[in-house]
Amino acid sequence: MMRSFTTRAALLAAGLVASLPTWAAEAITGDVKQRDLNWHAIIMFFVFVAFTLGITYWAARRTRSAKDFYAAGGGISGFQNGLAIAGDYMSAASFLGISALVMTSGYDGLIYSIGFLVGWPIITFLVAERLRNLGKFTFADVASYRLSQTPVRTFAAVGTLCTVALYLIAQMVGAGKLIQLLFGMSYLSAVVLVGILMVLYVTFGGMLATTWVQIIKAVMLLCGATFMAIMVLATSGFSFETMFQTAVATHPKGLAIMSPGGMVSNPIDAISLGVGLMFGTAGLPHILMRFFTVKDAKEARKSVFVATGFIGYFYILTFIIGFGAIMLVLGKPEFTETIVKDGQPVSQLIGGANMAAVHLANAVGGDFFLGFISAVAFATILAVVSGLALSGASAVSHDLYASVFAKGRATEAKEIRVSKMATVALGIVAILLGILFENQNVAFMVGLAFAIAASANFPVLFLSMFWKGLTTRGAVVGGLVGLLSAVVMIVLGPAVWVKTLGHAQAIFPYENPSIFSMPLAFLAVWIVSSLDNSASAAKERALFLPQFVRSMTGIGAEGASKH
Amino acid sequence: MDETLLQRIQSNPKFTELVHKRSRLGWTLSIIMLVIYYGFVLVLAFSPATFGTPISAGSVTTVGIPVGILVILSAFVITGIYVRRANTEFDQLTRELVEEVRQ
Repeated sequence: MMRSFTTRAALLAAGLVASLPTWAAEAITGDVKQRDLNWHAIIMFFVFVAFTLGITYWAARRTRSAKDFYAAGGGISGFQNGLAIAGDYMSAASFLGISALVMTSGYDGLIYSIGFLVGWPIITFLVAERLRNLGKFTFADVASYRLSQTPVRTFAAVGTLCTVALYLIAQMVGAGKLIQLLFGMSYLSAVVLVGILMVLYVTFGGMLATTWVQIIKAVMLLCGATFMAIMVLATSGFSFETMFQTAVATHPKGLAIMSPGGMVSNPIDAISLGVGLMFGTAGLPHILMRFFTVKDAKEARKSVFVATGFIGYFYILTFIIGFGAIMLVLGKPEFTETIVKDGQPVSQLIGGANMAAVHLANAVGGDFFLGFISAVAFATILAVVSGLALSGASAVSHDLYASVFAKGRATEAKEIRVSKMATVALGIVAILLGILFENQNVAFMVGLAFAIAASANFPVLFLSMFWKGLTTRGAVVGGLVGLLSAVVMIVLGPAVWVKTLGHAQAIFPYENPSIFSMPLAFLAVWIVSSLDNSASAAKERALFLPQFVRSMTGIGAEGASKH
Repeated sequence: MDETLLQRIQSNPKFTELVHKRSRLGWTLSIIMLVIYYGFVLVLAFSPATFGTPISAGSVTTVGIPVGILVILSAFVITGIYVRRANTEFDQLTRELVEEVRQ
């Protein structure tokens, strides 16, 4: 029970429409019936696209330097960046997946929401301002600040590209299935459309356009979810007790929905999931990159505070929405269909459990609001993939091309050109992978992305800022140990070994590797760094002090560009 | 950053104060967050029935609901505490420090 649960959580984490119980997972992993064209949704979605392309055009004229391209010139305010971070982080999976999980399992939905939120305070206290004071465009700037550029940036770029690619596959497959369901378009056209729009936003508008797409999406999502939550509460006279009573009376599981369900059987996996979510969030390259878009450490802090507030508020809304779905959607004939599964007729929510919030939108706001929520879901995917594409492209152009390949001698114009080429390449790869993985089980990919972020990116980034003893060798070896152990444990674990490769028994018994792979990475970094007696290691240790002073005071930090 | 500036910053008592206060607050709040969250997870793992108890006789709302909401609020509140102190006290201290060492 626990194992399937934790994959679900990992999946919910970010990208795609969550695979809830198996029957619900059909929405993304099984055959999806293409629906009739949903005109309200399509029109609203095209309004969104036209508007965001307009913003991209506006942003393109303001995007000249590398700093504009990667970091919106450092001119985003703390509040705007907070909204953009929230827009980057609140995925379609959080919205549709968690509300569906609340609908099917009640209290357990809240447990996942909490896991995705608690990484943010840690980012605030330990990462955000130091990162802003030390870095320029990517987290590799910080990790390689006093270390040898070529090996550390190469490692950081590998970590970034792994995280981004896994996340992106999950997003593309989720997007294809979701759009097929919501809009009645074909899977292929949905994937191609998402890929093309992502490339347009990023290549022309850079970080400025990406930021505004994320802000607009965050506002739309928060408004839509607020409206739904208010309508739900209104049906129960704004009393939580009445809402819970009605839900308990309606739900087939009855009172059980008010207590923790599936988390209980395996404490190690539960804690490991918590570790992965908490520290993985602090190692997601596309999230870390957002801290360079503000002018100083103060705005960076403010932005995490704003983001934490909106994300927390949003998760409380999804909880209410899930209970609303129990009261107003679950078991109602107009939202139920009968499908044939394993030769047996099974009745389920039309389109699967992930459609809970979508049907609720229809129940509380009619066709028009249903169209709005569908458009929001699509916009959500676009905002998330754009952030990912920009992060992946910056790893290629800023870390690999400019620093490793050209050894810092590339001109800015050349670097931006490489970045745009990388974005186009990522777009093509994303579309191809989306097509390739259409019928694969991608459920483990977001979990793997979080595990790599927690086990490879986070330890290296954290120790580069906090531990004087870190050396190049230690960072690269330890980071690779974290990366490989996370990958190996997931491949040998139940999600891949059993569910994807079809073996009977998992070699590694846990779904979530982070509780093992993250400490292993820290240990490897520590041992290798401590044993490193080279002259360069001594120099790197001596450089810690100036780095520490800059991280604390901001003296010498990148400012905002003038225009 | 040149050697003399570095020396002056390091020997300035305000720098020591800044580092000390910021680290202490950052680590204290981090530990509070870790304790709250892993405390929550451990209760879920080892004593789930605790969260399944009704908050009062006859109500369907369980203890777990307000506790869960409180965990979410605590994340927001302690982030707020840090940001508030950092944006006022620590930034003020940093400004004074930078002015002093640049003279």
